[in-house]
Amino acid sequence: MDTINLSRRHFFKVAAAVAGSLTLGVYWTAAQAKTTPEKPVAGPGEAGSPEVAPAVIDPHAFIRIDPDSTVHVIVKHMEMGQGSHTGLATLIADEMDADWAQVRAENSPADASRYGNMAFGGMQGTGGSTSMANSYLQMRQAGAAAKVMLVGAAAAWWSVPANEITVKAGVVSHPSGKTAKFGELTEAAQKQPVPSIEQLKLKTPEQFIYIGKPELQRVDIMGKVNGTAQFTQDVQLPDMLTAVVAHAPLFGATVQSVDDAAAKAIKGVKAVVSLPNAVAVLATDFWSAKQGRDVLKITWDESKAYKVSSADQLARYQKLAETAGKETTKTGNPAEALTSAAKLIKANYSFPYLAHAAMEPMNCVVQITDKGCELWYGAQLQTIDQTKVSELLGLESAQVKINSLYAGGSFGRRGNPMSDYVLEAAMIAKGSKLAVPIKMVWTREDDMRRGHYRPMFFHSIQAGLDKDNQLTVWQQRLVGQSIMAGTPMAMMMTDGYDPVSVEGAGEPYAIPNKLIELHTPEDIPVTVQWWRSVGHTHTAYATECFMDEMASAAGKDPVEFRRALLKDSPRHLAVLNLAAEKAGWGSELPNGRGRGIAVVESFNSYVAEVAEVTVKEDGSFTVDKVVVAVDCGLAVNPSVIQAQMVGGVGFALSAALGEKITLKDGKVEQSNFHDYTPLRIGQMPVVEVHILPSQEDPSGVGEPGVPPLAPAVANALFAATGKRRYELPLGTKA
Amino acid sequence: MKLMINGQEQELDLAPDMPLLWALRDHAHLTGTKFGCGMAQCGACTVHIDGQATRACITPVSSVEGKSITTIEGASKDSKVTQALQAAWLANNVPQCGYCQSGQLMSATALLTQKPKPSDEEINSFMSGNICRCATYQSIKTAIKQAAASLA
Repeated sequence: MDTINLSRRHFFKVAAAVAGSLTLGVYWTAAQAKTTPEKPVAGPGEAGSPEVAPAVIDPHAFIRIDPDSTVHVIVKHMEMGQGSHTGLATLIADEMDADWAQVRAENSPADASRYGNMAFGGMQGTGGSTSMANSYLQMRQAGAAAKVMLVGAAAAWWSVPANEITVKAGVVSHPSGKTAKFGELTEAAQKQPVPSIEQLKLKTPEQFIYIGKPELQRVDIMGKVNGTAQFTQDVQLPDMLTAVVAHAPLFGATVQSVDDAAAKAIKGVKAVVSLPNAVAVLATDFWSAKQGRDVLKITWDESKAYKVSSADQLARYQKLAETAGKETTKTGNPAEALTSAAKLIKANYSFPYLAHAAMEPMNCVVQITDKGCELWYGAQLQTIDQTKVSELLGLESAQVKINSLYAGGSFGRRGNPMSDYVLEAAMIAKGSKLAVPIKMVWTREDDMRRGHYRPMFFHSIQAGLDKDNQLTVWQQRLVGQSIMAGTPMAMMMTDGYDPVSVEGAGEPYAIPNKLIELHTPEDIPVTVQWWRSVGHTHTAYATECFMDEMASAAGKDPVEFRRALLKDSPRHLAVLNLAAEKAGWGSELPNGRGRGIAVVESFNSYVAEVAEVTVKEDGSFTVDKVVVAVDCGLAVNPSVIQAQMVGGVGFALSAALGEKITLKDGKVEQSNFHDYTPLRIGQMPVVEVHILPSQEDPSGVGEPGVPPLAPAVANALFAATGKRRYELPLGTKA
Repeated sequence: MKLMINGQEQELDLAPDMPLLWALRDHAHLTGTKFGCGMAQCGACTVHIDGQATRACITPVSSVEGKSITTIEGASKDSKVTQALQAAWLANNVPQCGYCQSGQLMSATALLTQKPKPSDEEINSFMSGNICRCATYQSIKTAIKQAAASLA
């Protein structure tokens, strides 16, 4: 570990008591607890992150202890289901030796100086599966410091040496028989000197009491089984109005004129606000606002609107792929290797736009007063949202107060780099000139049609084998819109292209001649965004399906073929081998059934999946079983990892089977769950998860379960039918 | 309009065509019942009307006057079946984002009330109207079976 200036920069401060209660606030200073990871982690997309920013000397507050001994862990990462609250609380509780039952988690305020994400260069936000990786050491240090201070307080109280005191399950005790709970020591602990990083002795793995233990209950679970968990949709404030919005029916269309007489005649409707590309109706409840919205008569200016259909857009992409694009990776001499190959195989892959379609449709609560602006919502990129809203309203960033709530799913959607839905809510509130809280609620149809999709992509690949059936050359051209261009994330773009467009393409195989090229259409106004596992959602499919095809062309078993090309990738190899072994790779399957494999590293975690399918006589198929092997470094919460792998498989299968957003003359054709069809319970395969034991630093699990699934299923379908699949979604027929 | 919600009669000022979902959320301030799709496609709004699992988002309030409406808040307090399911949900760490889980639990409660020992196929069939984007389906199935066993 790099220890430059650690002693000067890393120290803790004791916070003032919060709101009159006796609390111990451990403030962790310096943004950088650990050195730059071996590979920069970015996010919400993975590739191309700037080097992790140098330490920023500002206090961070992570722990509050109530007089009743409740330990509040203050979590800087949004809880969208991925388990960040449980994960970060686990780290603190373990080092503190707290009793898990006394631990609660709450969302931190928006304040990048204390709650920045070290993988985002200090900006506050959640994504790129970074929560655990960037908090692992930081939270443990905070927990360990709190323990030192509690022990110090007990030592002073009892007049005994601190090193004779032990802490177990939230009880501080001395061999003399004296004991105290955390709450009894809080006041005195606040006056204890704050240990420096050097004084802290973090636990060794064999001393962990919660880290790595599978039986730990999620810290956010109670409210999620009795209906009391607070989502944005559930915010109720005095005098609050609900805003329902009519959005432009085409990307690039704007409001020309509005006749709102019928809307205003509806009981409960209080105001109508026109925005450049939308009109909002504000009412005392959702139903009145929606009825008002539905009777608005809006004339749209469609002169600059995008009116292209998906098939035509795809044809354009196909044509682009016939020409050389921006070179993003080149090794060896691919042009020569392509001409000298003994066997050359080509394939094209196409991917539709995808909606996130989180169960909680997008929403945001906002109130603008003469003091500033306050927001309540599942905030994912707090710093960007604060900046954008402050710019809109002419405020200082600090005057934009964000109350972060649980998100009813996100899959990347709430982390909009242009703050689209947050700004829309703020613009409505600003336009209304009302100082009351306003809850903007999108209907499912609004959510589905409002854009910010996983970009549509087209890949054209050719690869060659030499006379000994060795894979010698791989050329892959990708066509698709950039997610980062034109956003504050554009700083992550290097060398003039968006790294998340190509992340994972042709990786990680040792192929002597490799060329990856990218075309980025810049004139398509359909908005795009990261969607759980970002570029890997398409690059893994094209790469792993084509790798399977090359194995067939070489007359080799798909696992054997991959193994030979992964000699220098031990972690890929380990999960590949484990998944194959656990799935009984190579054993006979009855007719009509097939097994397929894929292995992908994303967000510094390594996942291999083996899918088993059954093709029925009518040509339909089922995915029966998926075996997952994951190496995410040290497994902090095995139960959360298991859930994220199983959920990642389900989310990916949902898209692979039936999800697509298509345009007809520019208009989105899908609107709700009858025509954009998420996976349902009967389609869920049995998923078996195997976690590789590891002492490497933990890496993320929210996204990495997704990429290998679709190619594993397609490869299984090939094994069952002999037919390759070049287009997603797969649909219901094999 | 008078509605019987969780065993208590409430007098609410409602348009007769307002879906029950919004009466519950915006007027009775019971927010455990969720809005997900507005067209009975996702099940997040599932409540019980006289014990039957019903999608509140397409049920006009005028159609449930005089009937017994149970939401997750009421079932959590009064239903032994719901409580057994909640215990199994806790034991299996079922929820992820949690947004759909009230609806899942209300559907599962109706299922176990009608079929105390459902088969896998019966679970798949009865629960097919409840979408979970986090795909917690596998643990939902396990938890339903555990709850069924604990109630037997």
